[in-house]
Amino acid sequence: MAIFYQGDQMKNKQIHQAFMVLALSMSFAAVAAESAVTDSERIEQYREMISDGNPAEFDEMRGEELWKKPGGPKMASLEKCNLGKGAGVVKGAYAELPKYFKDTRRVQDLESRLLTCMTTLQGIPEEEITAKPFASAKKASDISSLATYVVGQSKGVKMKVSTKHPKVKESYEIGKRIFNYRAGPYDFGCSTCHATSGVRIRMQDLPNMRSNKKDAQIAYTGWPAYRVSQGLTRSFQWRLNDCFRQQRFPEPKFASEATIALTTYLAVSANGAEYVGPGLKR
Amino acid sequence: MGNPMKIRAAVKEGVTEVKILMQHEMETGLRKEADGTLVPAWFITEVKAQYQGRTVLEAQFGQSVSKNPYLMFRFKGGSAGEKVTVSWVDNKGDNRADEATITG
Repeated sequence: MAIFYQGDQMKNKQIHQAFMVLALSMSFAAVAAESAVTDSERIEQYREMISDGNPAEFDEMRGEELWKKPGGPKMASLEKCNLGKGAGVVKGAYAELPKYFKDTRRVQDLESRLLTCMTTLQGIPEEEITAKPFASAKKASDISSLATYVVGQSKGVKMKVSTKHPKVKESYEIGKRIFNYRAGPYDFGCSTCHATSGVRIRMQDLPNMRSNKKDAQIAYTGWPAYRVSQGLTRSFQWRLNDCFRQQRFPEPKFASEATIALTTYLAVSANGAEYVGPGLKR
Repeated sequence: MGNPMKIRAAVKEGVTEVKILMQHEMETGLRKEADGTLVPAWFITEVKAQYQGRTVLEAQFGQSVSKNPYLMFRFKGGSAGEKVTVSWVDNKGDNRADEATITG
């Protein structure tokens, strides 16, 4: 703990009584070795320590700039984009998505709706966006950053996805079937990992999203999230894409009907929970 | 010049708590591209925090610090409305300085 300033030094430079989070995490590790602190508790401590400094905030900032800045062939900003609460309304919009949209005549999640706005308002060809919709270490993704910004504007808002519209209800039912559908070389489905309570993969506790309401709420409201191991903020479409990859399923099309249906099922399962904003994952 | 930092500073019972989130790639110099070429090292080497012209924290960073580092520290003193300045220098000689106003 050489980082602590001690002894005489302190008399002269009382203001130097500073310590670093790095030192703190080392002492946490020491404590954990002595008492029976579980791995997931330690992850929780880590999350709490850095919750004030979630690097997803940088992606939110980038997304906000993109939202307000004129862009695309039409040199238009997205400030007239209707995310379901009227043109330009961003506050609380994410908490009500997916939703049925009259103009496109389909149920849309946040990312597919952003895709609609970027193609119609800004005139960007759809293929240009969907060719590489996810961020990589080399290149940031505009649609992903925009999504991070929009979800950030629903912080503290309760999840309220309505299934009143028959199309949303249908999407929900399809999503439920996809969730429980097992296939592929490993006979795998979402439900293989996420329909049992108290199981884990390595250090990761797996949420039971089928029958434990609280698990489903925590899991859904934790996305999009900054992945520390990847150094990137990941969108919900990315999360689902990765789930399908882990199941050895064919890669789903970005913002496809199937991914939206699954999103609808999971979003409805999270209803009633407060959306906490971009999360933080290992 | 580097990308902006996010800094929050709050004083409570005579102790100011400063939380800094830096934006930096923090490349170790050990990572390789898909074609085998080495990704050159690029990381913050020094971080300094100042209050009223006095240095309240000096830290040396290295390759083991993560991308987009977060740093929290406390110092005695500091009053609401005053400013804390944080700056860093990286191994390429790039630097960044930002400030935050202490809240009560």
